[in-house]
Amino acid sequence: MIAPLAMADSLYLSSLAGPSLDAADHPRHAATVRITHWINTFSFFGLLLSGFAILLAHPRFYWGETGTVGTPSLFRLPLPFVLTGQTGWGRSLHFSSAWVCVLSGAFYVVSGLVTGHFRRDLLPRAADLGWRPVAKVISKSLRWERPGAGESPTYNVVQRLTYLGVIFVLFPVAIWTGLAMSPAVTSVFPFLADAAGGVQSARTLHFFAAGFLVLFLLLHIAMVCLAGFRARVWSMIAGRYE
Amino acid sequence: MNKLSRRNLITTGLATAAGASGLAVAARIADRYGLIPPDHRGIFGAGETLTYAGQRLLMASHSMAREFNRSEISKVSTIPVDGIPPRKDDYQRLLRGAFADWRLKVDGMVARPALLSLAALRSFPSRTQVTMQACEEGWSFIAEWTGVPLSYVLTLVGASPKAKYVVFFPFDESWDSLDMSEAMHPQTLLAYGMNGREIPTGHGAPLRLKVPRQLGYKNIKYLSHITVTDTVRNIGTGQGSVSPDYGYSWYAGI
Repeated sequence: MIAPLAMADSLYLSSLAGPSLDAADHPRHAATVRITHWINTFSFFGLLLSGFAILLAHPRFYWGETGTVGTPSLFRLPLPFVLTGQTGWGRSLHFSSAWVCVLSGAFYVVSGLVTGHFRRDLLPRAADLGWRPVAKVISKSLRWERPGAGESPTYNVVQRLTYLGVIFVLFPVAIWTGLAMSPAVTSVFPFLADAAGGVQSARTLHFFAAGFLVLFLLLHIAMVCLAGFRARVWSMIAGRYE
Repeated sequence: MNKLSRRNLITTGLATAAGASGLAVAARIADRYGLIPPDHRGIFGAGETLTYAGQRLLMASHSMAREFNRSEISKVSTIPVDGIPPRKDDYQRLLRGAFADWRLKVDGMVARPALLSLAALRSFPSRTQVTMQACEEGWSFIAEWTGVPLSYVLTLVGASPKAKYVVFFPFDESWDSLDMSEAMHPQTLLAYGMNGREIPTGHGAPLRLKVPRQLGYKNIKYLSHITVTDTVRNIGTGQGSVSPDYGYSWYAGI
C-alpha cells in the first residue's frame, strides 16, 4: 500500500529518541516497508495513468446498476469525450499494476501485523485521540514547530490516522469497488456489487477512492518536500540518513 | 557487512532460485489446467494470465452471473449500439429475407457438423435471463435475453471432450473464442430474442452470443459460423480473438 510512503516527521524508535542513535542497527524504515513503498509507488502511478486513460473513454458517472450516454448522469468530468480508444492498453496496465499493488500491499499488511509496525508506528495512543491533541498537532505544524524535547519524535496523531486511513480504508474501498465492476467476480461474490448499490455506484465510488488517494499523494509529496526532500527520499531508499 | 546481512543475502538468493523454479513448475501446471490465456505474451501477458487464472479458479464452482428483475431492464432507446450491421452482400441479402435462409454452421471437433436454421434453434430448449451487459468503457445496461444455451448445441453436435475452445465467426471481420468452461456455462446463450422480441438488427440479428460473466465486447453479434477446436494458434494472430490485435484482452471477465 501507499502507506509506508513518506514521512513528514521523524520516526525513531521511541525508546531511543535522539538523532544520534546508531542508524545501522535501527533503520528509520524497515526493509519490508522500504521495498513495498517503492513497488507501490510504481504500481500506483501505473494505476493512476491507466485509470485516467480508461476514464477518457467515458467521463460520466452514474448511481445504481446501469448508465449510458442515453441516461442522465450523476456528474461528468470536463474531459474530451473523443479519445475513446485508450481503454485497451489502459485496462491491461490497470490490471497488471493492480496485481503488483495488491500483492505487495498484502505482503506489507501481513508483515506490518507480524512485526508490530502498525501497532508501534501507526496506531495512535489512546491519550492522543481527541479533538484537543489533534488540534494541538495541527496548530503546531502550522506554526512550523518541531516536536519538543519531551515529546516522542515518532509520527504524530494526524499522520498516524492519515496513514491508517489510506491503508485500511481507501485502498480496501478501491479494491472492493474495483472487483465489484468485474462480472466474473460478482458471479462468485454478488454482494460486492450489491453492497456498493450497483455496478455504476461501485465505479463512482472507485473514482472517489482514487481521488482521495491522489489527494493523499499530493499532500504526502508536499510534506516530504517541506521536511527535506533528499533526506526523506534517501531514508526511504537506504533506511537511514546520510 | 555483518553476519546477519550475509545470512540475509544467502537466504534471499535461495528464495529467488526457489521462486524462479517454482514459477516454471506453476506455468506448466497452469497450462495443463487451462489457466493460461491465448494472449499471454507481451508486457501485459503476466497480468492477463494472473487475472484469467485467478478468475477461473475463483469460478471453479460455475458461479452464475447476477440476474435482475424485469423492472430493471434498460430502455432500448438508451442503449448505445456499437458499430453497424455488416455491409457484406450476403448479410444484407439475408436481412432483407428476414433471415429465412440464414443457417448457423457448426463444425470443427464435433461428431455431427450441423447447419442450423433460426427455426431449429427456436425449437430447442430455451433459456431467458435478465442480465447486465457492461462495456469495457464503463457504461452498462440491463436487458432480457432469450436463446438456446450454447452447451445444448455443443452436446447436440457431439463436441469432442478434447476440445478447448469454441470459436465464433460473425458476418463482419471480427471473431472471438471462449474456453470450454465458459462455453458450457448455463448462462452462455446463442440468443435470438431481446426483451421478448427478435433481436433488433443493431443488437446482433439474427443470432448473437451472450456471455454475462464477461464484458460487452465478448458478446459478439451477427453470428454465422461456430467452430470447436483444441487450439486457436492457427486463427488470425493466434491470440484467441481479434481483440488482442487492437490491444484488448481475450479474456474479459474484469
